[in-house]
Amino acid sequence: MNSLFHRDLWVEILSSLKSNGARTFVTAFGVFWGIFIMVLLLSAASGFETGIKSKFKGIATNSIFIWTQKTSLEYKGMPRNRWYHFDIQDAQAIKDNIKGLRIVSPQNNFTTEIKHITKEGSFKVEGNAPEFLGQKALKLTQGRFINQKDIDQKRKIAIIGWGLIDELYEKGEDVIGSFIKIKGVNFKVVGVFKDTSINGQKNIRAQQNVHIPFNTFSQVFNFGDRVNYFFITADDDQSATELKNKIITLLQTRHKINPKDKRAIGNFDLNEQFEKFNMLFATLKIVSFFVGIMILISGVIGISNIMLIVIKERTKEIGIRRALGATPMVIKKQIILESVFLTILSGMAGVSFASLILFFVNLKIDSMDPVDLMILNPIINLPTLFTIFIILVFFGLLAGLIPANKAVKMKPINAIRTE
Amino acid sequence: MIRITDIYKSYQIGKNTLPVLKGIDFNVDKGEMVSIMGSSGSGKSTLLNIIGILDEADRGTYNLDGIEVKNLNEKIAAKYRNQFLGFIFQSFNLINYKTALDNVALPLYYQGVSRKKREEKALFYLDKVGLSNWAKHVPSELSGGQKQRVAIARALASDPKVLLADEPTGALDTKTSYGVMELLQQINDEGKTVIIVTHEPDIAAMTKRNVELKDGLIISDKIIEPVRATLYV
Ligand SMILES: Nc1ncnc2c1ncn2[C@@H]1O[C@H](COP(=O)(O)OP(=O)(O)OP(=O)(O)O)[C@@H](O)[C@H]1O
Ligand SMILES: [Mg+2]
Repeated sequence: MNSLFHRDLWVEILSSLKSNGARTFVTAFGVFWGIFIMVLLLSAASGFETGIKSKFKGIATNSIFIWTQKTSLEYKGMPRNRWYHFDIQDAQAIKDNIKGLRIVSPQNNFTTEIKHITKEGSFKVEGNAPEFLGQKALKLTQGRFINQKDIDQKRKIAIIGWGLIDELYEKGEDVIGSFIKIKGVNFKVVGVFKDTSINGQKNIRAQQNVHIPFNTFSQVFNFGDRVNYFFITADDDQSATELKNKIITLLQTRHKINPKDKRAIGNFDLNEQFEKFNMLFATLKIVSFFVGIMILISGVIGISNIMLIVIKERTKEIGIRRALGATPMVIKKQIILESVFLTILSGMAGVSFASLILFFVNLKIDSMDPVDLMILNPIINLPTLFTIFIILVFFGLLAGLIPANKAVKMKPINAIRTE
Repeated sequence: MIRITDIYKSYQIGKNTLPVLKGIDFNVDKGEMVSIMGSSGSGKSTLLNIIGILDEADRGTYNLDGIEVKNLNEKIAAKYRNQFLGFIFQSFNLINYKTALDNVALPLYYQGVSRKKREEKALFYLDKVGLSNWAKHVPSELSGGQKQRVAIARALASDPKVLLADEPTGALDTKTSYGVMELLQQINDEGKTVIIVTHEPDIAAMTKRNVELKDGLIISDKIIEPVRATLYV
C-alpha cells in the first residue's frame, strides 16, 4: 500500500496524464457526465421522498383506521343490511388477542353546534383517547391534550383547533380556561392544537375540530358503550397491514358478521399506502442508479478505449522504460492507477458540479412554500457518495485492466522498434 | 563477461521462417570495447538485443557475468537489464516529456533509489557527459549530439556491467559522432565494457576489437589498436 502513495509514482502518473492534456480532458468527460446525471437523479429521488414524507410527518404511519358499515351478507340468523356498532370492550379484546399493537384508540364524533358567549357555529366534535395525540399530526400550541384522569373522571374539558379561535373568540381574549358550549353542555378549554398534516394545512375545517375525552363524549351525548371508529397503530417492528386481517376477523366474530362480508367493516390502511410510497422511492433510487451506471459504463468504456490508444502511442516509451528496468508490474500499476485516478477525478468533478447545481436548486426551493412542493431538500448523502466513490474505483480498475495487460504483452524489443 | 555459444535466432514472417543468427559463438571480457560490423540485415541488432535480454535466442547458451540467461520471466529480465546493462540507441529514445535530468534518473527510479539520491547521481552523470547545464531541458530543446550524450548518461546511471550501443552515431554528423566516440572511449578507459554496433568503418576503428557478421555468422574477429577520437575533435 505504501508504494501506492509514493510521490514518485504520482509524479510519473501526473506527468504522463499531462503530456496528453487535451485528450485526458475529453476522456474524463464521459465519466463526469455519467456521475453528474446519476447524482442529479438520485438527489431528485431523495428530494421527492423527503417532500412526500414530510406530508406524513407526525402521523403514526404504521396504522389502520376501522369503522362500522352496514352488513352485506346474512350470518347466523342475522339479516343482511344490518347496522351494528363496535363497543368499548372491542378495544380491550383487540389488545388482548392480537399481539404487536401499540395503540388501540376508540373514537366517536359528530358535527354539532358550538357556542362561546355570543359567537357560535357548527363544528366537528371528537371523543378521543389520550393516545390519539401520538397517532395524528397534532401539535399543541397552548395548554395540554386529554389525559387519563380526564377519561377516568369523565371531565368536561375540550381541546380546540386554532382555527376555532377566530370563529368563537374576540381578539386578545384568553382561550385557555374559557368555556364553550357543545350541544348546550359547558366544556372548559384546556388546550389548543394545530393540525400539521398536509390535510390540516390545506383544509381550514381540520383546524376547527374539538377534541373531548372519549368517556365524556359517550356519557354526555348518550353513546353508551358504542364505538364508531378505531385508530390502531402497530409496534414499530410489526406491520399494521399484516395484523389488519386478524383484527377484522376478531371483530367479525364478536359482532356476528359473515367472514365473507367484505363491506361490513370499513377500513383504511395508512401503512399500506405508506409502504407503496416507500416502494416507489426505492424503485426511483434503483432506476436512478441504473441510468447513472449505464452512462457511467459508456464513460468507462471511453476511458478504456482512450487508454488503449494512449498505450499504443506510448508503446515505444513503454519499451524504453522496460529496457531501463521497469517490470511489467510497475508498468501495469502505473496504467491502472492512471485510469483509476482519471476516473475518480472526473467522477468527483461530476459530483461537485451536480452539487453546485443542487445548491442553487435548494436556494430556490427554500424560498418557496413547502406545502405546495413535492420535492424538498434534494441532496446527495454521504453513504451514497461513498458508494459512488467505490463504484468509480472499481470502474477505473476495470477500465485500466485491458490496456495495462496489452501494454506489457509485447516483447520489449518489438515495443522499442515501433515508430 | 559475456559467453555466447552456438546461438540461433530466426524470425517468423507470415508462413516463412527467416533465419537471422545461424550459430554464433561470441565472448567478451571485462573492459573490452568491441564493434560489430556487417551489412544491413546481417543480424547485428538481433545479436545485440539478445545480449541486452530484450530478445531471446531460439537455441544456444548465453552467460552474462556468471549468470545463465535462459527462460527468464519478465520481472527478472527487467532486473538484469536494469542492473547489468545500459542501452544506447541510434534514435536516442529519450522520453520526450521528461527533462534530461529525469531521463537520466529513470533507471534509478526503477531501482527504487530515493528521489534526492537519484537526482544527485543523475546530475553526476550529466556532468560526466558535459551537460550539467542542460539538466532542466526537455529533449526537444537539445541537439542530436546532446541527446545522445543524455542517453549515454542514462545508460551509465545504474552503473551497469556492459554498455550496449546500436549505431549510436547513426543519426549524427561526423564531428558530433567523434565527440560521442570520445566519450565512449573515455568510459571504456574507466573500465566499463562497451559493445557498439556500427557500419561506419571510422567508428569501428575507434574500438579495440572488430567483429564482422555476415548472413548470421561471424566471419572475422580481430583485435586492433584503437584510433583515439580526441585527435579529431
Ligand atoms: N522483430 C522482427 N521480426 C521480423 N523480422 C525481423 C525482426 N527483427 C529483425 N528482423 C529481420 O532480421 C534480419 C536481421 O535484422 P537486424 O536488425 O539484426 O539486422 P542489422 O544487421 O541490425 O541491420 P541494419 O544494419 O539494417 O540495422 C533483417 O532481415 C530484419 O528484417
Ligand atoms: Mg540494426
